[in-house]
Amino acid sequence: MNSNTMTPMQRVLTALSHNEPDRVPMFLLLSLHGAKELGLSIKDYFSTGENVAEGQIRLQKKFQNDCYYTFFHAPLEIEAFGGEVIYSNDGPPNSGIPFIRNVEQIMQLEAPKISEAKMLHKVLEATKKLYIASAGNIPIIGVVMSPFSLPVMQMGFDKYLDIMHSRSDLFEHLMQVNEEFCVNWANAQLEAGATAICYFDPVSSPTIITRDKYLETGFEIAKRTLARIKGPTATHFASGKALPVADLLPQTGTAVIGASSMEDLSDLKAAFQKKLTILGNLNGIEMRRWTAEQARQEVRTAIHKAATGGGFILSDNHGEIPYQVPDEVLLAISDAVREFGSYLIK
Amino acid sequence: MLDKQAAEAVLNEALKLGPPIEVVSELVSLALNRIGEDWENGKLALSQVYMSGVICEELIDKVMPPQSPVRKSQPKMAIGVFEDYHMLGKRIIYSSLRASGFELTDLGGGLSIDKLVEFVQRDNIKILLLSVLMLPSALHVKDLKQKLNGSDVKIVVGGAPFRFDDQLWKEVGVDACGATVADAVNIVNKMMEEL
Repeated sequence: MNSNTMTPMQRVLTALSHNEPDRVPMFLLLSLHGAKELGLSIKDYFSTGENVAEGQIRLQKKFQNDCYYTFFHAPLEIEAFGGEVIYSNDGPPNSGIPFIRNVEQIMQLEAPKISEAKMLHKVLEATKKLYIASAGNIPIIGVVMSPFSLPVMQMGFDKYLDIMHSRSDLFEHLMQVNEEFCVNWANAQLEAGATAICYFDPVSSPTIITRDKYLETGFEIAKRTLARIKGPTATHFASGKALPVADLLPQTGTAVIGASSMEDLSDLKAAFQKKLTILGNLNGIEMRRWTAEQARQEVRTAIHKAATGGGFILSDNHGEIPYQVPDEVLLAISDAVREFGSYLIK
Repeated sequence: MLDKQAAEAVLNEALKLGPPIEVVSELVSLALNRIGEDWENGKLALSQVYMSGVICEELIDKVMPPQSPVRKSQPKMAIGVFEDYHMLGKRIIYSSLRASGFELTDLGGGLSIDKLVEFVQRDNIKILLLSVLMLPSALHVKDLKQKLNGSDVKIVVGGAPFRFDDQLWKEVGVDACGATVADAVNIVNKMMEEL
């Protein structure tokens, strides 16, 4: 039997249920490469949902990807709050100067309404088009920033850590606003046709805050927020470590953890066995200068360490493959998944 | 748990034993180095590294105010965030270097190549520390280096792309790369000897 007897949807659902599908599923999380496919600047590419849908369809075919990824860029949510987005010619857009200049502004902050946030409608448009294109065969992965991590762009990391540790009144209000927005934004994407939502929460990673602080804050917020999202969720720490909170993450209601390349897949597999599916953990930064043979070996090692028994989706470690990674490397990764990822020929 | 009052008590005891600059070098720098290493080893979180740097900076400013003659005599040094506004890494290194007795100019964030070239030339900066979050920005450091060709400024980089690819700093042609507070202090000390 060859390694492509299932649809991507069947393959991913089987892996998520901790069983072995026909082969290891692969999520190439390519938010920017669609611009190259369409011959557009990154700014023009993100100007319509139609562009992004077309980019995702072409990339899925080109690399035999097992998902569509409707993530535009993180500052889109900041734009919905009235903040600034700075476009780049060769990378993801960045958020501008944080729009909360004075922490006391937090008490006046309100969650933007999805119906009034036109920039978000482009994502919903892309999702709807991809839903039709997938015909139920290809999972569509939507994205939200967690309520707990969004403040890094809303107010700056240092001010955020200050209020997290010393101004519980401001912190609690900010979390209420962000939770409301996050839940509504996730559910709008699910209504538009997203199969699952990736909950980006890097501040909850033990790389950034202590386990004790996580228990007080990000953990409780994730439990509350994920419970209100009307579909399956995956948690991503965007390169941050996860092992010190491995016992807590399944309790948040998430089904998947995005794994850092700074943690060993064997250790992650042991920690999350039958509890969470591991998504990862190819080093996206180094990937830019891999040879095809290096890519092949990296995939081989990852599959060897984490694929047994299902519960593993091969991906990068950050949730976004840099624009600079050449197609040759992505094709080599895709080929290697077929070469080493079959569960039937081992 | 970070305890500012306990840290102040320890510092005050130490100040009875020697001049502030020695206490800073032997006690505060050592403590910050240990904290940075513990983050690298996964024993501490970044929030603790940040809070400890801020506490130390505040305590040291009391005994060695900015521009104080007891601060280290040094070449002109500056720090900034290249091309974005994610300031935490810069803030940690800024606080920790100041708490270690150095004086340096904070150039802020969202710095373009042209702006940095202007600062380096205008202020005669000899050591420029750059914090970088995104891979494209890290690659643009190479363009900055070329624009500064002919200048004797030494460039030190740090930040996520350099942590995930340990060859990247050499590729962009800078003078040094640091991952921790300890690295920053050691690199700056070494450069000061060379200048």
